[in-house]
Amino acid sequence: MDEPKDQKETKQLTGEKTNVGLVERAKDTAMSLKDRALEEAKDYKDPQQTQVWKSIFRVSHERSDPRNRSLAILSNVFLHLHPAKINRDAVRYQYTWGMGGITFYLFIVLTFTGVLLMFYYHPTKIVAFRDILYLEHDVPFGKLLRNMHRWAAHLMVITTWLHMFRVVLTGSYKRPREFNWCVGVVLLVLTLLLSFTGYLLPDDQLGFWAVTVGTNMARATPMLGSEGPFGAQLGLTPYNDVRFGLLGGSIVDDNALLRSYIWHCIGIPLVASIFMAVHFWRIRKDGGISGPAPVMLESEMKVLKKK
Amino acid sequence: MRRRIVWASVAGFLTTCFLMFVRFFLPRAIFEPSSTFKIGFPGDYALGVDTKWQQQYRIWVDKTSDRVFVVYARCTHLGCTPDWKASENKFKCPCHGSGYDSEAINFEGPAPRPMDRAHVELDAEGQIVVDVSKLYQWPKGERNQFNDPGAFIPL
Repeated sequence: MDEPKDQKETKQLTGEKTNVGLVERAKDTAMSLKDRALEEAKDYKDPQQTQVWKSIFRVSHERSDPRNRSLAILSNVFLHLHPAKINRDAVRYQYTWGMGGITFYLFIVLTFTGVLLMFYYHPTKIVAFRDILYLEHDVPFGKLLRNMHRWAAHLMVITTWLHMFRVVLTGSYKRPREFNWCVGVVLLVLTLLLSFTGYLLPDDQLGFWAVTVGTNMARATPMLGSEGPFGAQLGLTPYNDVRFGLLGGSIVDDNALLRSYIWHCIGIPLVASIFMAVHFWRIRKDGGISGPAPVMLESEMKVLKKK
Repeated sequence: MRRRIVWASVAGFLTTCFLMFVRFFLPRAIFEPSSTFKIGFPGDYALGVDTKWQQQYRIWVDKTSDRVFVVYARCTHLGCTPDWKASENKFKCPCHGSGYDSEAINFEGPAPRPMDRAHVELDAEGQIVVDVSKLYQWPKGERNQFNDPGAFIPL
């Protein structure tokens, strides 16, 4: 009978000891939780110190450190399109007119409005023009959407030319920017082709005859058109020349409308996007926007005068 | 050498792909109106220009004192369809203003040559069969094909 008594006693003793330990441990845990909560609460005051922020932006925003600021730009897929540092004098609007940027902005507007228009437009002879009327008169905001697309398209052609004009005026086509000038010329051609292929899509008289005239010019392409130099010698007829390939037939019909639509919505924008990526990348690699001679701020002049 | 073979194969493959890509855009079968059709008997037409087939076949039937011929209604400038202005006795193109006389000979505007004439022949019945895939031209400074057999039906 002795054994169980001892056991009881020991159990009671140890029981008391564990109880005491538990309370203390609970107090400790509570304190440490409180400390952690306080620490985290401090972090919440500065969202840039939260784990969510850090996982997205990867680099700490120590504003005092210029290298950190550059890293924050460079390691961000959207911000890295902007240069980490720019020449202050080169971004004056009198110098660049912002034309390249405006052109790109219009391209984005056109992509967005164009995709929305695609929800209501069928590229077939029977319904294409009817869809345009439907968009104009019944679709909510359809008229606004179509006119945004139309005006942005007109504007984009104009701003592309003005951008090119500015580049000529500032001599920005010269070494080391020759390659980027050529990329820009390709982009100009793609812009004009986008404009031209979009012209047929309403399937109205204006577009129909514009494309008739435009593709008839293609008949006269040397080596490729049936009525061009060497066309007849190469065995080209209206049924196998470049115009036939463009229209998918010998007349501006259903196939031509569909082809125009595909080139307009997928083919050319895709190619243009690739060229644009190269264009913007090369601006950076060629030393940023070509700048005029440095201009001094008044504040800087005063510093010099004092010296 | 091995490398050259590999690169040549790659280049060959890509070239083939490109050629297939180009060929893809030239369909074998096209669903367009037939280029040959019948337009009735020469006696059905009065002297001068008849526009009744313009909508359907893009042609005008032109009858003069000695022949009937069919003008393909496509401006030789850039391919629009001119209008027949009966009161002015001329064809006028709405796109860039080319003018043609009642026999479709150009006399004003940017058109470089008279409008083309389609191949015509009589079938066993005596009806006029037109083929607009075969055109007769009179390019400036070159041989006039309008008097070739098939370019007109003598009366």
